[in-house]
Amino acid sequence: MSARYGMVIDLDRCTGCGSCMMACAAENNVPSLPQATARTGLTPLLVRKVSNGMDGVARRETFIPIMCMHCEHDTPCVKVCPQQAVEVDKATGIVMQMPQRCLGCRYCMTACPYHARYFNWWDPSWPAGMEKSLNPGVASRMRGVVEKCNMCHARLHSVKEKAAAAGKREIDPADYIPACVESCPTGAIRFGNLADKNDPAAQDAHSPDAFRLLARIGTEPKVYYKSKEAWVRGLAESHSGPGPEINRAEVMGSEVQDG
Amino acid sequence: MASAILTDSRLTDRKWIARGEERTSLSRFLLWLSPWAVVLAVGIYAAGLCLYYGLNETNMDNRFAFGLWIFLDLGIIALGAGAFFTGFLVYILKRAELRPILNTAVVVGFICYSGAVAILMIDVGQPLRAWFTFWHPNTHSMLTEVTFCISCYLLVLSLEYIPILLRNRQLRKLPSFLVFEHQLHKLVPVLAGVGTLLSFFHQGSLGGLYGVLRGRPFAFRAGIFIWPSTFFLFILSAIASGPSFLMLVTATVEKVTGRRLVPPDLFRRLGFISGVLLAIYVAAKSIDTLIWLNITSPSVGFAPWQYYIHKPFGTPILFAEIVLLGLVPAFLLTYRKSAARRGWLLSAAALACAGILLNRFVLTVQTLAVPTLPFDEFLQYTPSWQEVASFGGVIAYGVIVYSLSYRYLPLFAAPKGEHTHVSGD
Repeated sequence: MSARYGMVIDLDRCTGCGSCMMACAAENNVPSLPQATARTGLTPLLVRKVSNGMDGVARRETFIPIMCMHCEHDTPCVKVCPQQAVEVDKATGIVMQMPQRCLGCRYCMTACPYHARYFNWWDPSWPAGMEKSLNPGVASRMRGVVEKCNMCHARLHSVKEKAAAAGKREIDPADYIPACVESCPTGAIRFGNLADKNDPAAQDAHSPDAFRLLARIGTEPKVYYKSKEAWVRGLAESHSGPGPEINRAEVMGSEVQDG
Repeated sequence: MASAILTDSRLTDRKWIARGEERTSLSRFLLWLSPWAVVLAVGIYAAGLCLYYGLNETNMDNRFAFGLWIFLDLGIIALGAGAFFTGFLVYILKRAELRPILNTAVVVGFICYSGAVAILMIDVGQPLRAWFTFWHPNTHSMLTEVTFCISCYLLVLSLEYIPILLRNRQLRKLPSFLVFEHQLHKLVPVLAGVGTLLSFFHQGSLGGLYGVLRGRPFAFRAGIFIWPSTFFLFILSAIASGPSFLMLVTATVEKVTGRRLVPPDLFRRLGFISGVLLAIYVAAKSIDTLIWLNITSPSVGFAPWQYYIHKPFGTPILFAEIVLLGLVPAFLLTYRKSAARRGWLLSAAALACAGILLNRFVLTVQTLAVPTLPFDEFLQYTPSWQEVASFGGVIAYGVIVYSLSYRYLPLFAAPKGEHTHVSGD
């Protein structure tokens, strides 16, 4: 039976420490680019800080890790890629990017409503000596191609190899954990097979506090968020109904959390 | 010695100009070309920087992944639609009165499309992988359709351009060229038909590029079967603006050269065709906008007015697109009294072309600037000098190719003796 891997991120637990971003970068050999800006850097996982737009004691803030949402239905990036460099893996539900086939046209980046796709504007480079610490299981991406979160697919490969070596057809779900999930000090990110009703992540996804960003667009993202705060759950949509309060983007403001 | 060489080159140059045609002196022609050659050289240098160092030479970024180049590509491809549409009118609908403008339409089309393809090759991160689209095509992608049709249509335009090229006074002296030109000329009606088919599809697919973007509710449109409404609107707007652009190009050449190149009535005919199509386009665009604002966008959680709260992209831009640069030129181009006056006619044609460019700008740039996530901000982007210079290079390339074509090729196929001087009109 094919899996549907996804995540549920408890925003009430997220402290915005950024360790998930660091773990993601280290795991996936994301290059160090001192010349990059907030809009040209490579951050397959980006923690954004969002406030409720109020001042003083009424002010509330939360951190929202944004990565590829691995849309299940009518996946925007898959549909638009002219040369099939993006696909939804039928066995896992993971949206895969093939840098070796990517033309670098960036149409997929235009199509993604979550801005979760990144272009390699520069040749990959690391500070002297850091090459020795690169992950040998992940190929670095060349200049001129798009990349994004692939749920640490290299880890899935090694887990499959381990299972095969042990003579098993199925992997042990506990063995496959993406780097961000593993690194989160507060356990805010829960990862699992959303198609398995007994999986804690699948159960969390059905919690009344759970929501998905821009779910009304209809792309069935597989990354869920949850929070007990109503204003945080209100971030699910561009707006929740007609009226002057509709433009939450302007009212709330947002900023990218450094690091 | 130097003057002897100059005299000799003038004589040589004269031999390449069609018999009986008056052209300016070689030195004046070279003086005209020289600033454009400088712009082209700077453009080639800027494009070289982008190819060598990568797209970090541009001001595009992960959020503004498309920029000036895509906007202008879409713009010039729309304006270049006059090529296929004139071919369609002359060869398929047998509108022989448009024949005098046919050659110039082909050259303008060739320049627009070859320039757009050149810019696209700089715009992609891995240009050497362009052939992958033919090898691993995603048949669901509008960009695949665009790539296929534009490549094929550029080939068609090249084949249409060759017979014009071979009609040069010196090239005609080669018997094999003459035979080739004659044979190719017999093929032109077929090429016009193929070009029409290809162009209808890629003009539509260029609109579809944005209309299918479910994740960008500002651009996303409902449609018919697999085609969003922008597919049909792009075809309509391209064939509406194409004749207007041809009219502007011809009028500019007439102004620069001081000659009347086409029968005066031709502009009125082109203007009327452009105006009627523009009126249909404006009506279709208005209906589409109402459906989008009231049904399509709210259904995915985006209130229509939130797109227009960001300055300078307020509702005036929508008004300008539909009324000022749509309805007004459509009226001026079709109303008998305004169409009878050259100034009004050309101003209306310029407004029509500006309207189509504004439409392409809105769809390419405003789509990316408008927030999608509730905690996104309105984005700004200013192109780098490399982006501007590269495109300036394409404009210069167009002017140079057209100037050379006008000087050495029989672009305006009017019978001998019909050409009159503008002065005195």
